Amino acid sequence: MTPSIDAATDSDTGTATATGRAAAVSCTRLAYSFGETTAVDGLDLSVGEGEVFGLLGPNGAGKTTAIRCITTLLPVPAGMVHVFGHDTAKEQMSVRRMLGYVPQQLSADSGLTGRENVALFARVFDVPRKERAARVAQALRAVDLTDAADRLANTYSGGMVRRLELAQALVSAPRLLILDEPTIGLDPIARTSVWEHINAVREATGMTVLVTTHYMDEADQYCDRVGLMHRGRIRALGTPEQLREGLGERRRTEGAPATDPLPTLEDVFRDIAGSGLEDQSGGFRDVRSTRRTANRVG
Amino acid sequence: MSEAPAAPRTASADPAPEYDLNLLLTPPQPRAGWRLLPARVIAMCAVELQKLRHDRTELYTRAVQPALWLLIFGQTFTRIKAIPTGGIPYIDYLAPGIIAQSAMFIAIFYGIQIIWERDAGILNKLLVTPTPRSALITGKAFAAGVKSLIQAVVVIVIAAILGVALTWNPLKLIGVGAIVILGSAFFSCLSMTIAGIVLSRDRLMGFGQAITMPLFFGSNALYPVAIMPGWLQAVSKVNPLSYEVDALRGLLLGTPSHLGTDFAVLLVAAALGIAAASSLLGRLAR
Repeated sequence: MTPSIDAATDSDTGTATATGRAAAVSCTRLAYSFGETTAVDGLDLSVGEGEVFGLLGPNGAGKTTAIRCITTLLPVPAGMVHVFGHDTAKEQMSVRRMLGYVPQQLSADSGLTGRENVALFARVFDVPRKERAARVAQALRAVDLTDAADRLANTYSGGMVRRLELAQALVSAPRLLILDEPTIGLDPIARTSVWEHINAVREATGMTVLVTTHYMDEADQYCDRVGLMHRGRIRALGTPEQLREGLGERRRTEGAPATDPLPTLEDVFRDIAGSGLEDQSGGFRDVRSTRRTANRVG
Repeated sequence: MSEAPAAPRTASADPAPEYDLNLLLTPPQPRAGWRLLPARVIAMCAVELQKLRHDRTELYTRAVQPALWLLIFGQTFTRIKAIPTGGIPYIDYLAPGIIAQSAMFIAIFYGIQIIWERDAGILNKLLVTPTPRSALITGKAFAAGVKSLIQAVVVIVIAAILGVALTWNPLKLIGVGAIVILGSAFFSCLSMTIAGIVLSRDRLMGFGQAITMPLFFGSNALYPVAIMPGWLQAVSKVNPLSYEVDALRGLLLGTPSHLGTDFAVLLVAAALGIAAASSLLGRLAR
C-alpha cells in the first residue's frame, strides 16, 4: 500500500492502522474552533493499540487542540472521538481512567517532592492506600528518579521534571499515554533520555503512545506511524519510511535523478504544507490572527 | 501499511528493564459513587499539608497581619471604648473577626492559585484524571479550609497570648474548626468563580483587592451590625463573613449568636460556591 498523502480527503484512512489491531484512538471528522479560528478542521485519525503514533506539525497546526479533544479537556459532540471504543463525550470518566497525560508545560508541582507529585496522581486514580507507596516507587524507578524522589521538584532539571511527569502518568497503568511535545525546550541529551524512558516503559507495559512533536527527527526515529498535520487536518499518514519513500518515488517520476538522497521527514512535511496551503477549503484566514492564537491552539 | 517501523528505536536494542514494573501493568480499581468525593478531598488536602510542611514561610508571614490588628487596633480600641461590644473588652470582641479575616484572605488567593495551576499545566493534568469538576473544586475548597484552619490556630494562640479570654471547650473548638473550614470553602470558591470569569491572574488580583476590603469592612468583624448605617447593614446581611464571625464569637467568647442560622448560611453559601466554581472550571481548561 502506498502512503496516503491525501489522507485528509479519504475518510477510510482514518480507521486503517499499520498493525490492524483495535483502535486505541479514533477521531472521525473531528472539528474544533476557538471563535473565528478553526484549530481542528475535520480530523480523521486512528491510532492502533500498542503503537507509538506521532502527530506532527508546526505551531498552530492544531495538534494540541486535537490532543485536548481526545483527553476530554475540550468538549466535542458525541461520535467524534473514541478511546478504546469509549465515546469521549459520553463516557468521560471511563476514558480518563485509561489515559496518562503529559501536557506541553513542565507541569510538576514545584512545592512538592517527586514522590508526593506521583502520589497525588496515585490518589486521584484511586490506588488503594496499601499499594500506593509501592506503586509510586515503581513509577519513579521506571523513570530513574528513585534517588531524587524525596527532593522538591523545584530542584529538578527540565529533563527530570519531564521524567517525573512520565511517572505521574504511569502510576495509574494507563492503556494510552498521551504526550504533548514531551521534549520541547530540552537539551539533546535530555530529549534522548525522555524518549528512551518512554520506549522502555512502553515495551514493558505494551501501552499505546500518542505523541505530538514538531521535531521531525524524533518522529522519524521513535514513532511507528506518523500523521503530518497542517491547518487542522492530517495531510499525510504512514510509517516515516513510507512517507519518505513515497516522496522520493514521486520526485523520481517527476524527473529527479535516482542518485538524489532519500527525502527526510522534514522534506515530506514541506511538500505537504505547500499543497495544504493551496487546498484550504475553509476560506482565507488572516495570518496575523493565526499567529496570535498559535499559543492557544498549538 | 503493514511494514515494520522505518527507524529502529534506540530502546529496542536495550534489554528489558531489570527492575519490577508489575504494579504498573494493572489499573487500580475505580472507587465508586459516594466514596469518590471524600477521596479527592483528602487528596487535595494532603497536597496542601505537604506543601505547608515543606515551606512554612507563608504561615509565619501571614501571622504578622492578624497579630498587628490585635496588638495595635485591638489594644487601642479597647482603651478608647468607642465601640459597643456588650461588656467585653474590644480586643476579645475583635479576635474572632480577625480569625475570620485571616482565613478569608488565605481563601481568596485560591483563584490566583488555580489560574497559576492552569498556566503551569497542573490543572489540565488533574482534569484528565477521573475527578469530576465538582470534586476537584470541593477538594480545593476544603484544602483552602485546612490551610485556613492552621492559620486560625496561629491567630487563636496569638490572641490567647494577648490575654483574650477564649473558650478551651474542645467541642466548641471543633465547631470553630468547622465554621472556619466552611467559610474558607465559600471564599475560595468565590475566588475560583471569579477566576473562571476573568481568566487572567492580573485581572483577578484587581478583583481580589476590590472585594476583600468591602467584605471585611462590610461585616461585623470590627464593629457590631447595630451601629452600621442602614445600607451597610444590608451588605452585612448578605455577607457570609458576618455569619462566620457571629458563629466564631458565639463559640469562642460565648456571646449571644445564631449558631444554627450561621451554620446553615455558610453551608448553603459553600455549596453554591462549589456549584458556581465547578460550572466555570471548564472555561479555565480551554
